[in-house]
Amino acid sequence: MSNADLERIFDTSDEWIVTRTGMRERRYAAPGEASSDLSTEAARHALDRAGLRPEDIDCYVVATVTPDFQFPATACIVASNLGAVGKAAFDIEIACSGFIYGLPMAASFVRAGVFRRVMIIGVETLSRITNMEDRGTCILFGDGAGATIVERTQAERDSFLSCELGADGRVPELLYVHAGGSRNPMTQELLDQKKDKVEMSGREIYKYAVNKMVGTSKNVLAAAGYTAADVDWIIPHQANLRIIEAAAKRLEVPREKIVVNIERYGNTSSATIPIALSETIERGDLHDGDLIVFTGFGGGLSWGSIAWKWIG
Amino acid sequence: METTGTTFDKVKKIIVDQLGVDEAEVTPEASITDDLGADSLDQVELVMAFETEFNIDIPDEEAETIKTVGDAVKKIDETAPKA
Repeated sequence: MSNADLERIFDTSDEWIVTRTGMRERRYAAPGEASSDLSTEAARHALDRAGLRPEDIDCYVVATVTPDFQFPATACIVASNLGAVGKAAFDIEIACSGFIYGLPMAASFVRAGVFRRVMIIGVETLSRITNMEDRGTCILFGDGAGATIVERTQAERDSFLSCELGADGRVPELLYVHAGGSRNPMTQELLDQKKDKVEMSGREIYKYAVNKMVGTSKNVLAAAGYTAADVDWIIPHQANLRIIEAAAKRLEVPREKIVVNIERYGNTSSATIPIALSETIERGDLHDGDLIVFTGFGGGLSWGSIAWKWIG
Repeated sequence: METTGTTFDKVKKIIVDQLGVDEAEVTPEASITDDLGADSLDQVELVMAFETEFNIDIPDEEAETIKTVGDAVKKIDETAPKA
């Protein structure tokens, strides 16, 4: 779905969208394609690259706000699609911070010896919950999935250096879907008002996002004994190019060290970071020992950063 | 305590850097959106730059009352620096 495609649906322009968001295209799942389908595809890709079989993964975790069903967990369906029936599987929901929360959790499971290998998948089919009549939000969101496998290694080669996670639920309405939960069960009236779709106050979130991404990035680096000058890659949540650039400027990290693919995918919520990580690996840009900072924020509000040493 | 003159000069410099406008355009009466061409995200970025430069907090609801360059200078002068 390109900016030109959107121009045909409502009054907007490529220039307006690019200036405010940095986005040129976003991808929508085909009709009938659900989050578990995108996840299964991404999981197979990750397994192939790692040379592992589905049954080699002890636990499947899916981070999403657009599950196949309200319940059961999408992860159960994904694991079974892969042929890994019987393996542990569950979802986490912390909006765009899904991967930022999920990766330290997966690493902690592995460290604690609960599981030997955990797959964490970030997936969204946000096109299903996007209001195509709200030109302020519908330009932003896309669909996608990314999968990462975390496995046990020797302690002296630990990848997971530090993390800082946080949340502030005082004003959930800053970024949310109003209806369909236990607070406001779905009614025909709410459906007519499109209250089953995403609503967002972008301006209020902007400042919060930049400050939290910068603050937690600095903190996780300090906790691991590093500064911004030591960073090889920053892989931020891709919500808006201007948020990423404002954060990069304050972190004083050169632009070429910031991984950005927002122009092709838009905001795919919990999928942005694993997709960006996957593309960085495919480009051959990640090297053994590289210091990565993952940083993100989203609905909740919620946020966090992770300092991570790449082993590869 | 900053005098209004130096606050204005600093505000002017921030606006020129952020919005890429000509110094001469940045007058106290100039509207940040209509005359200087800031979009809604530029406005947030400007407020964040003011907060950093002057070591102050400007809450969103107060930031929304800043329409002109003069409004910004006044708000900054009224706001006590963070401890």
